[in-house]
Amino acid sequence: MISIVAFLLCGPAALLGTAILAAAVSRRASATSLVYGAALAISVAVLAIVAGHLAGNPGEVSAITLPLGLPWTGARFRLDGLSAFFLVVVNLGGAVTSLYGLGYGRHESQPHRVLPFYPAFLAGMNLVVLANDAFSFLLSWEFMSLASWALVMAHHRDEANRRAGYIYLVMASFGTLALLLAFGLLAGPAGTYAFDAMRTAHPGLLTAGAVLALMLLGAGSKAGLVPLHAWLPLAHPAAPSHVSALMSGIMTKVAVYGFIRVVFDLLGAPAWWSGVVVLLIGGVTAVLGILHALMEKDLKRLLAYSTIENIGVIFASLGLALAFKANAMPSAAALAFTAALFHVLNHSFFKSLLFFGAGAVLTATGERDMEKLGGLIHRMPVTSFVFLVGCVSIAALPPFNGFASEWLVFQAILQSPELPQWGLKVIVPAVGGMLALAAALAAACFVKAFGITFLGRARSAVVGQAREVDRPSLAAMAVLAVFCLLAGILPGFVIDGLSPVTLSLIGESMPVQTAQPWLSIVPIAESRSSYNGLLVFVFITISASLAAFVIHRFASHALRRGPAWGCGFADAVPAAQYTAVSFAQPIRRVFGGFAFRARETVEMPAPGALEPARLKVDIHDVAWETFYQPISGAIDFATERLNHLQFLTIRRYLTLVFLYLVILLLVLALWP
Amino acid sequence: MAVIFELAVQGAQMLLVLLLAPLLIGFVRKVKARLVRRQGPSLIQPYRDLARLMRKEVVLADNASWLFRVTPYLIFAATWVAAALVPTFAAGLQFSWTADLIVIVALLGSARFFQALAGMDVGTSFGGIGASREVMIASLAEPAMLLIVFSLALVAGATQLSTVAAFMGSPEVGLRVSLGMSLIALVMVAIAENARIPVDNPATHLELTMVHEAMILEYSGRHLAMIELATFLKLLLYVSLISCVFLPWGLAHAGAGPKALAIGAAAYLVKLAVLAILLAVFETAVAKMRVFRVPDFLGAALMLALLGTLLLFVSRSL
Repeated sequence: MISIVAFLLCGPAALLGTAILAAAVSRRASATSLVYGAALAISVAVLAIVAGHLAGNPGEVSAITLPLGLPWTGARFRLDGLSAFFLVVVNLGGAVTSLYGLGYGRHESQPHRVLPFYPAFLAGMNLVVLANDAFSFLLSWEFMSLASWALVMAHHRDEANRRAGYIYLVMASFGTLALLLAFGLLAGPAGTYAFDAMRTAHPGLLTAGAVLALMLLGAGSKAGLVPLHAWLPLAHPAAPSHVSALMSGIMTKVAVYGFIRVVFDLLGAPAWWSGVVVLLIGGVTAVLGILHALMEKDLKRLLAYSTIENIGVIFASLGLALAFKANAMPSAAALAFTAALFHVLNHSFFKSLLFFGAGAVLTATGERDMEKLGGLIHRMPVTSFVFLVGCVSIAALPPFNGFASEWLVFQAILQSPELPQWGLKVIVPAVGGMLALAAALAAACFVKAFGITFLGRARSAVVGQAREVDRPSLAAMAVLAVFCLLAGILPGFVIDGLSPVTLSLIGESMPVQTAQPWLSIVPIAESRSSYNGLLVFVFITISASLAAFVIHRFASHALRRGPAWGCGFADAVPAAQYTAVSFAQPIRRVFGGFAFRARETVEMPAPGALEPARLKVDIHDVAWETFYQPISGAIDFATERLNHLQFLTIRRYLTLVFLYLVILLLVLALWP
Repeated sequence: MAVIFELAVQGAQMLLVLLLAPLLIGFVRKVKARLVRRQGPSLIQPYRDLARLMRKEVVLADNASWLFRVTPYLIFAATWVAAALVPTFAAGLQFSWTADLIVIVALLGSARFFQALAGMDVGTSFGGIGASREVMIASLAEPAMLLIVFSLALVAGATQLSTVAAFMGSPEVGLRVSLGMSLIALVMVAIAENARIPVDNPATHLELTMVHEAMILEYSGRHLAMIELATFLKLLLYVSLISCVFLPWGLAHAGAGPKALAIGAAAYLVKLAVLAILLAVFETAVAKMRVFRVPDFLGAALMLALLGTLLLFVSRSL
């Protein structure tokens, strides 16, 4: 009997085969359909295997050791509840993205730069989730990073993309370095790189703290935690849109997986302060991410910044789960952990959907800058409808899925006054406030994203030629929109599906939800809190239809089209409409001062002069200026100083080598 | 039989809020007029206005999309559902467990989301100005409201409004600092959310500081009627919320008979009248703020709510 994980490994193997094949045939016309079709089929097959496994015995663990990799460890792979859940996220995303790619890929100007790396990227993500020893994990992680880097550099003739690719490469290497050190600490002096051995090692307090910090650096930089987020809004939008969707919607989740695997699984019982650290970083990330998103006028960068916000929400609820777990409050920990995983799933749905929408707009108009769009709802009705569904979901509005998971996060926060430590008692309500602020700002941000891009009048001529995109793209977006609605109105099924994962990592799971009357979700008790997305959806639908019916039955039907009134002063030029920048101006005035040292200056012409007055807005990325610029400045300085070592005479080189030898020998001699 | 009675009570609540909402607005306007020694329009003027709007034709801007035409019904439906889920005369109704207080706040958020989008649909500067200011106000009012919900939930041990109302009516509540802070914050949020003075002025039109009216400037006829009715419902919702949480006397509880329900209804009407008079007096006494003073006003509400929540995290008895 071959174990199920061996079956699952055939998926990444087939994807790697597709990648090699794609490299060979990528210049042929049929290559696009072939590669995306194969990726779609493989993802669906893996999904089917995982679904079969979950339907049968979800708690079962299946492991395999292949004679590859390190000779004394082998390449170990393992499927447990957590891997199975993230496999579903990765392959669901992979399948829908491949479907979208079937249409979107046809508009690609240089398919040979995308096609070989796309299946390789998917294979890398699958392997990370399945890996069961540090070596395979790091190898797959680095493979995933490099494949995505190649995809970011697909359009490398663009200067901005080259810069994004460079920063991404530096940050990815830095992240892997941190992970390498973390696994080194976990392996201990004996050097046991298998996860099974690490799980039983129980490192000391100091080591555990160091591992947590390194994981926050390593996995956090890949996920986009502030202040390690700087590469993300550059790199994610630079890739082709379906790859942006994979990077933002799925790869950040693989990073979350890495964090959960190490901190919740391998590290053993957490200390309470680890919860404080993760909570605080999560809360700050959520608020800063969405504030930056609000200031953006590039649609894809806006979406990338909003990914940072959602990662913040996920990490905040993971921190809450850590705090509860450390204080032996398993039912509250299960609630917080379930909320985090639910948000992982939800974000993979709506972020992919929104990036697909942005890609559709890009295909139709060739424009990412919202200031040049507007009025697309008339030209692209289907795209705008599904994009609206994505916006409503990500803005955490009932009855869609984003709200269901945020609601669970808030319920988890309300469990926290029982926590004994003062640090947590002060931090948790503050983080609760930050998450509430982030949710409200997210709604504002997506009013802007949808309103400026799709509503109003066209701001440039490109909109006039826009046409609805191809059918595969529309189908992929429609599938995700349906998922968003279903996960929102039937959250009980998702929560029950997550209970084996929570059970294995927390030791307890949320009560069974699908047995509740009317499919409500009830985290603790009905008298305390309950939410029924299905009934809210039904009520809204019924009352809206009732109102429409009554109005159309009894009120006037008359309707006349006329020019917009605008208080009698309808601005003739579409450029006079509100723009992305002016829409965000009130919020910039309220939050901009401390969040990005925003400054507005008005340059007035001299009295009588004819040139126009100008308003200048300066926005700074505080993290960039505080952390990155000094570090890169120091490196520049050091390399500048060391540069003249390259131009020495042979005698001087020999002297240097001799001196170095003497120093080494001295050190050896003096070493105690 | 009991189920049918329960359903009938729930249905009665839905109809009650719908029918009372315009009356509440009419009453507030009447009191405000009397306070400045005017005669004022009749109490039922809002009903007449709605009927008049329904009869009129809709003038739709050339550029308006399907979203612009669907939005009034969506706003109305979301607000109506939210208003019907807040206990008015009785708590623990048939469907009260469908949504807790967080959901009710979020439903109003959905309505606002679509309202702001509709404001931007036609592409005039007024729509944009209204939408951008509305989301700015909401970005401060919503977290404040959620923190108030946190405080109430920590005091009562539930986010379920019926449970909160039952707890607030019981003698264990006592006097708490955190509840006082929540009440003040809730009143401030309610004023901002309902676009009342000093945040916005519901009576003006064509003023550069307006927010709500700017968003709905392009609406007319039956669409405007729906939006106006939703606005009325929202005021009723907040007044009901304040009265059910902070003035829970007389509220009928789950499984109450007709007599208790009648008492509850009478008490509810009295509470509405008292709060409406207080609102009118307050609006007459203060002046409208500049738009960029509003963040300070709401920031104060946010801080009060946060302080209240923090106090409860420190000690459950504060």
